[in-house]
Amino acid sequence: MKKLLMATAACALLPFAAFAQDKPEKLQIGVTSFLTGPASVFGVPAKAAAEILAEDINAAGGIQGVPVELTFIDEGAGTEVLTTEYRRIVESGADVMLAAISSGNCKTLAPLAEDLKVINIMWDCGTQKIFEEDDYNYVFRSGAHAGTEMLAAVAYLLKTKPDFKTIAVVNQDYAWGRDSWDIFSAALTALRPDVEVVGEFFPKFGSADFSTEISRLQALQPDVILSTSWGGDLDTFVQQASQRGLTNNSTFVLPLAESSLERLGSALPSGHIVGARGDHYWDHPERRDDADFQAFMAKFEEKTGAKAIYPVFHMSQGMAAIQAAYDAAAAANGGDWPNEDQVIAAMAGLEFQGLGRPVTLREDHQGIEAQLMGTSVQGGELPFATLENMMIFDGAELTTPVGQESVAWVGTLQPGWVDTLTVETFEN
Amino acid sequence: MNLTLFLLALFDGIAYAALVFIVAVGLTLIFGVMRILNVAHGSLYAMGAYLTASLTTFVLAAGLPPVFAFPCMLVSAVLIGVVLGGPLEWLLLRRIYHKPEVLQLLVTFAIFMILEDVQRLIWGTQPIFQSTALQLMGNVRAFSVNYTVYQLILLPVVAIALLVGLRFFLRRTVAGKLILATTEDREAAQAIGIDADKVFLLTFIVGAGLAGLGGALASPTTSILPGIGADMIVLSFAVVATAGLGQIEGAALTALLIGLGRSFAVYVWPETQVLVPYLIMVAVLLVRPEGLFGSPSARKI
Repeated sequence: MKKLLMATAACALLPFAAFAQDKPEKLQIGVTSFLTGPASVFGVPAKAAAEILAEDINAAGGIQGVPVELTFIDEGAGTEVLTTEYRRIVESGADVMLAAISSGNCKTLAPLAEDLKVINIMWDCGTQKIFEEDDYNYVFRSGAHAGTEMLAAVAYLLKTKPDFKTIAVVNQDYAWGRDSWDIFSAALTALRPDVEVVGEFFPKFGSADFSTEISRLQALQPDVILSTSWGGDLDTFVQQASQRGLTNNSTFVLPLAESSLERLGSALPSGHIVGARGDHYWDHPERRDDADFQAFMAKFEEKTGAKAIYPVFHMSQGMAAIQAAYDAAAAANGGDWPNEDQVIAAMAGLEFQGLGRPVTLREDHQGIEAQLMGTSVQGGELPFATLENMMIFDGAELTTPVGQESVAWVGTLQPGWVDTLTVETFEN
Repeated sequence: MNLTLFLLALFDGIAYAALVFIVAVGLTLIFGVMRILNVAHGSLYAMGAYLTASLTTFVLAAGLPPVFAFPCMLVSAVLIGVVLGGPLEWLLLRRIYHKPEVLQLLVTFAIFMILEDVQRLIWGTQPIFQSTALQLMGNVRAFSVNYTVYQLILLPVVAIALLVGLRFFLRRTVAGKLILATTEDREAAQAIGIDADKVFLLTFIVGAGLAGLGGALASPTTSILPGIGADMIVLSFAVVATAGLGQIEGAALTALLIGLGRSFAVYVWPETQVLVPYLIMVAVLLVRPEGLFGSPSARKI
């Protein structure tokens, strides 16, 4: 009976609680990240970054005076566990979710976030299909998508090596490997119809041996070899290619290699094209002299013993988006703590800055993020390749317009389009 | 496909087959003798690879010349066999020989899962690359394509040496003959005074050591990271099943078939690369359900 009375009282008070929007004790943020499995090469550094960023926010007094609290979910435990945990964390009171790394997980979680009516910021996954195939109220992306990233790689390749005639691709055999090649090849066909694709290889995800592909590529001798692989697959491929001299004969285009530079050490020679899924680089040419950037990098290296890689930057954008949205919503609410709808309203057109250039959210909730590409160079003070001849592309020009489908849109680009782009170039 | 490409595909296939054989032969040896399908073989392979990489890095850091990378492989293989394999047989497997096969599978699978986590605890999740041994041997050029001497020559030589050595050991030495006798009929072997427990322990140590050796030899060629054990065990099972359970020569032939099938697939039709080993397995098992070299076994009543 006593319980029933208490419950009734609680229910009676509920509407008042919703209207008053007192500042909560803490802002709970649920973060999904790969802590196990091959993609933990991204997830583990990102988790470290999230922890540093949360400490920094709380040390500065929190968001609108409210400290943030992070809860992590492992994406490596499988979709079933992930959705259960996601639901549990949301139902236990999480205010915002940062999910996810895997595009497959984003596709699963976006409708779930919509059902649970929780703000979900897709902080890392790249699939362009999410907002091209569906509209979401609660789901946002704090970075670019695969279309923007692949176009940046194509643009840099065409600017730095305009005369190449042949290309081969070695991508992982799963959604990202296939989708990224669809976009890249569609763009290439539109911009350089004369280029011949001499080989398409999709070795199995997690492959430990690329020897046969490398023999085949040495026999084919393409001018350019594209691989959007990452993690152990990319490391193995580049190591095996470099051991057998393939890196001397062909130019590699590696849109995710920024995350492997340190592990690859001397195996990635000078002169190959490296991308970073955005303007992400531990020595970001526009940001490296800023005090906040330097302070973060020092903390990150101290905590992990490694240079920051792109998921760290992506995490900083996700956290910055949350902070900027709450700040903007509170300002619009006369300084009072905003409710969820007010935060969502503040997200449209929101500009925020993580560790790279500022990012803006478009009306379809897609982030517009600048893209950094560079060429590997060995022989510096560090025992691994750094980047030179870096170009930072303006994100808006590379991103598929609202309401259009990326593969179709890049197919409409005209030769010469690359010369119209806004680019900042940096020697090193 | 011209002659050059044919030869290139042949080289790739042989190099790959050598490694597959070295891992699969340990699995088939254990199954042949102990009638246990050892899923943990995959983790022993992974542990061998990790241990070799760590030992090599340690040895190089201690200032020893890079050629010491090779003894590191042998040391790792022996350590995996004796320190890991020995206690596994003695403490766990010994208790389940008379239990149903499903239970045996579950126990070895449990060991596999535990060892996967042990690897993560010790070596973390970041990929490790330690290719000193491979770099030391340099490259060889064939038809304007570079191959590493390590993969094209050393691995096949080791594989052939293992095949010949195991045949000699099983057919010509007393310990080998004891193993064969126990394989043939355990009860009869015990009746004439063979210590079957000892034979099983020895076999498991050798088999585990071979898994470790496979990992050790693979380590300079690839990134070592969580999950490599699972990949290898699936392929090894395919080899063992196709060869006929317990058939060492069969494992060699099947590894070669699968290696060549895979490399020709990459040259002719890359999309089928992943499929080819299993297509070969299905094709063989449809015609000979007991495997290439297996013989239909008489059921004991």
